[in-house]
Amino acid sequence: MATNPVPSAPLEAPRAAAKTNRIGLQVLDYRGGKTTLCAGCGHNAISERIIDAFYEMGVQPERVMKLSGIGCSSKSPAYFMSRSHSFNSVHGRMPSVATGALLGNHTMKALAVSGDGDSASIGIGQFVHLMRRNVPMIYIIEDNGVYGLTKGQFSATADIGSKLKTGVINDLPPIDTCTLAIQLGATFVGRSFSGDKKQLLAMLKAAIAHNGTVLLDVISPCVTFNDHEGSTKSYKYMQEHDEAIDEVGFVPFFQEIDVEYDPGTTINVEMHDGSQMRLRKLHEDFDPTDRVASIAAQLHAHANNEVLTGVFYINTQQPSFTEMLNLVDEPLGTLPDDRVRPGRAVLEEMMQRLM
Amino acid sequence: MATEDVALAASAEQGILSKPDTHQQSPRSTIVNDFSIQIATVNGSGSQSANSVLLRSIFRMGIPVSGKNLFPSNIAGLPTWYTIRASKDGYVARKKEIDILIAMNAETSKEDMLSLPVGAAAIYEESADLKQFRNDVACYPVPFDKLTADVCPEAKLRKLVKNMIYVGVAAQLLQMDMQAVEAALRKQFAKKVKAADLNWAAVQAGYEYAAANFTKNDPFQLQPMNATEGKIIIDGNAAAALGCIFAGCTVVMWYPITPSSSLVENFIDLAKRYRIGPDGKATFAIVQAEDELAAIGAVLGAGWSGARSMTATSGPGISLMAEFAGLGYYAELPGVIFDVQRTGPSTGMPTRNQQGALLSVAYLSHGDTKHVMLIPGSVRECYEMAMDAFDLAEQLQTPIFVMSDLDLGMNNWMSEPFTYPEKPLNRGKVLSAEDLTRLGGFARYKDVDGDGIGYRTLPGTDHPLAAYFTRGSGHNEKALYTERPDDYVNNMERLSRKFDTARTLVPQAEIVQTGKSKIGLIAFGTSDFATRESRDQLLKEFNLDTDYLRIRAFPFSREIHEFVASHDRVYVIEQNRDAQMLSLLKLDLEAKDIVRLRSIRHFNGLPIDARSITDDLVTQEGI
Repeated sequence: MATNPVPSAPLEAPRAAAKTNRIGLQVLDYRGGKTTLCAGCGHNAISERIIDAFYEMGVQPERVMKLSGIGCSSKSPAYFMSRSHSFNSVHGRMPSVATGALLGNHTMKALAVSGDGDSASIGIGQFVHLMRRNVPMIYIIEDNGVYGLTKGQFSATADIGSKLKTGVINDLPPIDTCTLAIQLGATFVGRSFSGDKKQLLAMLKAAIAHNGTVLLDVISPCVTFNDHEGSTKSYKYMQEHDEAIDEVGFVPFFQEIDVEYDPGTTINVEMHDGSQMRLRKLHEDFDPTDRVASIAAQLHAHANNEVLTGVFYINTQQPSFTEMLNLVDEPLGTLPDDRVRPGRAVLEEMMQRLM
Repeated sequence: MATEDVALAASAEQGILSKPDTHQQSPRSTIVNDFSIQIATVNGSGSQSANSVLLRSIFRMGIPVSGKNLFPSNIAGLPTWYTIRASKDGYVARKKEIDILIAMNAETSKEDMLSLPVGAAAIYEESADLKQFRNDVACYPVPFDKLTADVCPEAKLRKLVKNMIYVGVAAQLLQMDMQAVEAALRKQFAKKVKAADLNWAAVQAGYEYAAANFTKNDPFQLQPMNATEGKIIIDGNAAAALGCIFAGCTVVMWYPITPSSSLVENFIDLAKRYRIGPDGKATFAIVQAEDELAAIGAVLGAGWSGARSMTATSGPGISLMAEFAGLGYYAELPGVIFDVQRTGPSTGMPTRNQQGALLSVAYLSHGDTKHVMLIPGSVRECYEMAMDAFDLAEQLQTPIFVMSDLDLGMNNWMSEPFTYPEKPLNRGKVLSAEDLTRLGGFARYKDVDGDGIGYRTLPGTDHPLAAYFTRGSGHNEKALYTERPDDYVNNMERLSRKFDTARTLVPQAEIVQTGKSKIGLIAFGTSDFATRESRDQLLKEFNLDTDYLRIRAFPFSREIHEFVASHDRVYVIEQNRDAQMLSLLKLDLEAKDIVRLRSIRHFNGLPIDARSITDDLVTQEGI
């Protein structure tokens, strides 16, 4: 199912001066509780972009469910979109909770927030299976390469040679969640940086329009434990090594699509709901619909000490997990009795067969 | 303590490999409809159809019958035994003594033969010459290979058809009704007429060989009765799957593990048959998970978003589910978990029976957690309690565990036909958008009704006040984050109240008899069958009348306390080493009543039998 946001009447008439989106909600209606994360934490910037993206796309917050595991990142769903149901679950096991929640109601838009520890270490088992199922949801890894809540241990996405505040140097290679996701079957994979407002917002809006697993690895520096000299997930390092492979533009389906279009350097991707994602190629020969090329680009970047950002891979043809299950249109959870409990005759037939 | 000795003796029994039983049987008198048959075969040799035909033939003759498969953790090659018990009195527990041996496994045939009681009968491959080992057993040597070759020209089918020869031999020796045998066989092969004809020819060959060559030299005989009319035969896992279908279960996520896999596999078959609309669209989602952690995670996620969800597992899976079970308790999420218990761990005897997960499930997870367990004692209850479990999960907003076991789940049992549920599904306290408009909002964890159960909303409820934030125990009544001591205590005490509400909602204990004896018996699950038979033995052989209560759920309902309080000695009969049910009772009973409890345990991997209970109880009573 494409993400056609259900237009609905605003619950309260907005004041004349207040700016509203196309379903009549103000940006205020997408806000959450006050953050308890550190001042300057990249995660807060991501929460802001999530609010902007859902507001600008005009998604009714009641049609969204937020899911998370355990960690600083996983706390953040409390800080945006309070009008959406939210579930702060178990360390590394959010993918299964999200899968179940979507099976219970596959008409919902699911937004999951996880961290590098939650996804790449304790949760790697569930992470890979979610990716291979192409469960229709947005999965954001707020990636700082470090465990914040337990006060600064390396995570499995920390780069080789990266240094902790205490001077400890990481000597193991990182798990690249994007490469892994592309290889496993996720159908929208990209990386951004919490400090890059424009790129992250465009990617989130495209993610909302996508039907399938969206993996966004968002480098999000930890100002307390991983923003020092020697860290490869610091603001400074990212500003110096961020190598965008495409410039992401996004035009929602409800806006008139303009014609500024250069076939030589731009790829236009039509999303499930008719929106257009425009990727201006910054790397030559890069084609985000080519899985092999996408993975190769990642490997080259690793070799060159670059951190690639942008949309790496997109496949709008692959059916999502809930489509493959061929479910009835309505949510399974609230089907009436007579649609889920077979009649008397069925039991009688069964009993006859067993006699 | 005497129990310890008996328990040790039971564990040393090793079933079939023990020394000859001293239990005496006179070969001269006729024993009608009251004996056990053991078929010793090699795992993977395809004896299942033959054993099933034998079982169902006896059933068709109107004789109460039960069958048990004792199999190794192996695909093919290791020894396996199938026991069939015919009992005119309707006893369906395992019978300790084997009366008729059908020895089809050369590897174990000598030991199988040596384990027989005096006066037993043995059907075996002629070349094995088992007669040399026992002159006190009626011997029926059969040239299986030759008979098979005569009826089955196709060499590759002979291995399977060979098993049908023993069905024919047994049918002749036991004077079975051949019409019943043919009907059972044709039902077994359903539409495969060619296979049915071939197998029927093998049965007849066995029958004719026995008729021409044997003089009956044992007392065992089957005579038609009228005790199975209108009854069904089903295994507990299939019955539970049926219950899930009629409970309106919509989401299943599971990880295969013996002995629970067939529960989900049955559900898959049923769902495909009865829960797909004319447009081909399904009212269910079944997903094979990467592990049990994912299985229970999805079950709770689906419960949270409003679905009736379930998974099925066994001991090792339960261990993996521990963390989520705690979250399910604290975050108050509905979900149904079938624990088809077996011996642990995976490298132990994973295909053998045990009631060994009571303690671990009752308190599964971290902090102060307590879980509701339903304990079916028959296939009918597997069906009914599956439906109860989904209602209770949503009523109580908590994971519900259904504690079956391998013996119940994987073996075939006779039963009265199941009845159609009369009550509509109980979906619990869920607020709609209209409710929210009327109420002007809600507090997720507030005890509005005094039963400890709050009101919840489902994701997708179209109201700006519908959403709440779900997390573990760190929340106040409004589901807001808190670490305030008084909020935590209030929440925990409400959860305790909810558990007390559960006491009143779970299936009550079955009181079979009370007020007649100073001695009470307590059993549950599959220990029930042997316990009932043992009570008859105690009465007949020792003139000892016993009262009896069967536990059907945890937390314990009121009448269990009363039963214990009103007896001098109460024997808790269970299939585990550490008296787990007795331990749970101790935690719940008043101190003055705890001293009344005594323990009878059976944990050698074989289903409990009546004789073991009787012997143990008599020893403890000093009779």
